[in-house]
Amino acid sequence: MYLKSTTALTVAALTLAATPSLAAEDLNALIWCDHADPKLLEPFEEAHGIRVNVKEYEGTAAGLALLEQSRPGDWDVMVIDGVDVGRLVERDLAEPLPVEEMHTGDYFPQIVLEDNNSVDGVTYGVTEKFGYNTIAYNKAKVDPADMESMAALWSGKYDGRIAIYDYYLPVIGIVGMAQGINTADLSAENLETLREPLMSLKAASRQVSDVVASQTSLATDEVDILVGGGEWLTAVLNADNPDLDWTIPEEGGLLWSQSLVVLKDSENKDMAVEFVKYVTSPEGQARLATSECYWGMPANSKTADVLSDDEKAVLRWDDQATYLERAQLYPVPDADLDSAMQDLWTDMIQN
Amino acid sequence: MRIEAHEKKVGATLVAPALLWTLAFFLIPFAAMVWLSFSHMEGRDIVPGPDFGNYIKIFTDDSLFRGIVVSLEITLTVTVISVLLAWPLAWIIAMRVPKRWQRLALMLAVLPFWTSYVVRSYAWALVLGQKGVVMDFLTGIGLLAEPIQIMATRSATVIGFVHFFVMLLTLTIYANLVQLSPNYMRAAQDLGASAWQTIRLVVIPLTLPGVITGAFLTFVLCIGDYITPQILGGNNELTMPQLIMLQLGRRGDFPMASALSVVLMAIVTLAYAGCARWLRMDRV
Repeated sequence: MYLKSTTALTVAALTLAATPSLAAEDLNALIWCDHADPKLLEPFEEAHGIRVNVKEYEGTAAGLALLEQSRPGDWDVMVIDGVDVGRLVERDLAEPLPVEEMHTGDYFPQIVLEDNNSVDGVTYGVTEKFGYNTIAYNKAKVDPADMESMAALWSGKYDGRIAIYDYYLPVIGIVGMAQGINTADLSAENLETLREPLMSLKAASRQVSDVVASQTSLATDEVDILVGGGEWLTAVLNADNPDLDWTIPEEGGLLWSQSLVVLKDSENKDMAVEFVKYVTSPEGQARLATSECYWGMPANSKTADVLSDDEKAVLRWDDQATYLERAQLYPVPDADLDSAMQDLWTDMIQN
Repeated sequence: MRIEAHEKKVGATLVAPALLWTLAFFLIPFAAMVWLSFSHMEGRDIVPGPDFGNYIKIFTDDSLFRGIVVSLEITLTVTVISVLLAWPLAWIIAMRVPKRWQRLALMLAVLPFWTSYVVRSYAWALVLGQKGVVMDFLTGIGLLAEPIQIMATRSATVIGFVHFFVMLLTLTIYANLVQLSPNYMRAAQDLGASAWQTIRLVVIPLTLPGVITGAFLTFVLCIGDYITPQILGGNNELTMPQLIMLQLGRRGDFPMASALSVVLMAIVTLAYAGCARWLRMDRV
């Protein structure tokens, strides 16, 4: 007997307190912070005469817990890590999307990510934004040529000037790539070979930090390099400090993507689909790409017509062909490997 | 007899809301948490126990056990430093500041309480950073040739905590000090005690209830705090609340998070048992 109901009890008080008043005539969206930008939501609200209620969450586990604690129909759309669309489908929470109505024909082909967004040939999610977990750095303090190879991280030259982004999947993926292991090949067997390089990287680092702390550290010169960073972290700081930059070294970087899903129990499915269409349109994509919370590359290549040259420069639009070639997808561990990776990550922090 | 029965009924009615509140928001959730702590995860599902695996892992897994050690080390350091700083401050306010200025002095002492806890922690992050005022000052006066790293270390966590808890302890110790009759000190001096002896042998023992109460509150709040070590500690070591958050937010491992929480509560209970003799809330 499984105790999903117990989990429910445990988090019920928290989620009840956190859940906004939801109305069926509104569109209720479980989102990441980039979707909370009024610049993104207001044009849609005005065009359709409705209000978009948003609730931010972090981490798929928290998002799934929120869904399990909500009444059916409370939420219409959900932003989710591209690799986790299948987890929604597994729980029978996602509604098939009318993919022909989306703008995926204009997408960067590598970003359609059919494997992420479809299950058994049925499309449940659509990629809306992507970017890279790679190396972000301060080019006034770090030689950009050094950042073309990850070997510089272990060279000793930058000891004490490195921060590690506190998310085990991309950073273990990056360390694996530095050791010549593709993210798709990560396994319980070869994971242990990453322990030593991961521990060495920690020893050379000043901190292991979340997004805000990482940004603060880069902005205040606490550190000069962020392993796991990318445009999503430095772009919003670019206006204040144009020296904060990012690159994908020759070993590669990790491609992250976020998808938008219409929830199966939505009572407002037509409007939810309209919202997905809006977000994946060039106009919606440009607003989402340059959200005040964090920037990222739009999945729709036609967004180039809407973004300014400066915005495209910050996003490294012209380098995307090369970057997409070098990038690998996030590791998709099964439960056991995921647990082993998190154990390794905790060991790294504590030692 | 009828009056007594009536009084009992009124008493029970008055107490009922508090009892119900405690039952609904403490006892039942606590029981659920303890029960959950004896379950375990299989893949992404929770399987019921009784299963002691989580507790065994907490005390045998180096990373998890280190969380207990780190939490205790930080908490005890913070408690001791805060007491050492707060007692003289409370003494000065209670004994040396004129009565009419004491309220203002207390208000100034607790002024940092008026700021959001998170904002205050981030402010410390900026103050203690490489370009912060502390390093600017120390390098400016030539005490340091180069800025040293304080931010993202345990020292930063301790500084952030001490700043907060000195205020709390000052209040509890001050409340104790102002209740002391000056006759005790006069009597000690009449019997030939020096000022220091009076403080050491008379005043400090008499303020122990305030000190212990404040220290206990400091211990409880500090060992359960997630924000300060997360923001100031640089995630270079994990305290128990950070480990609990890790289990909840990232692993979705509610049983392990529950087990860690039970261990945390057990530590707090032990601390209470150790302090119970001196915990006199009516004296503060």
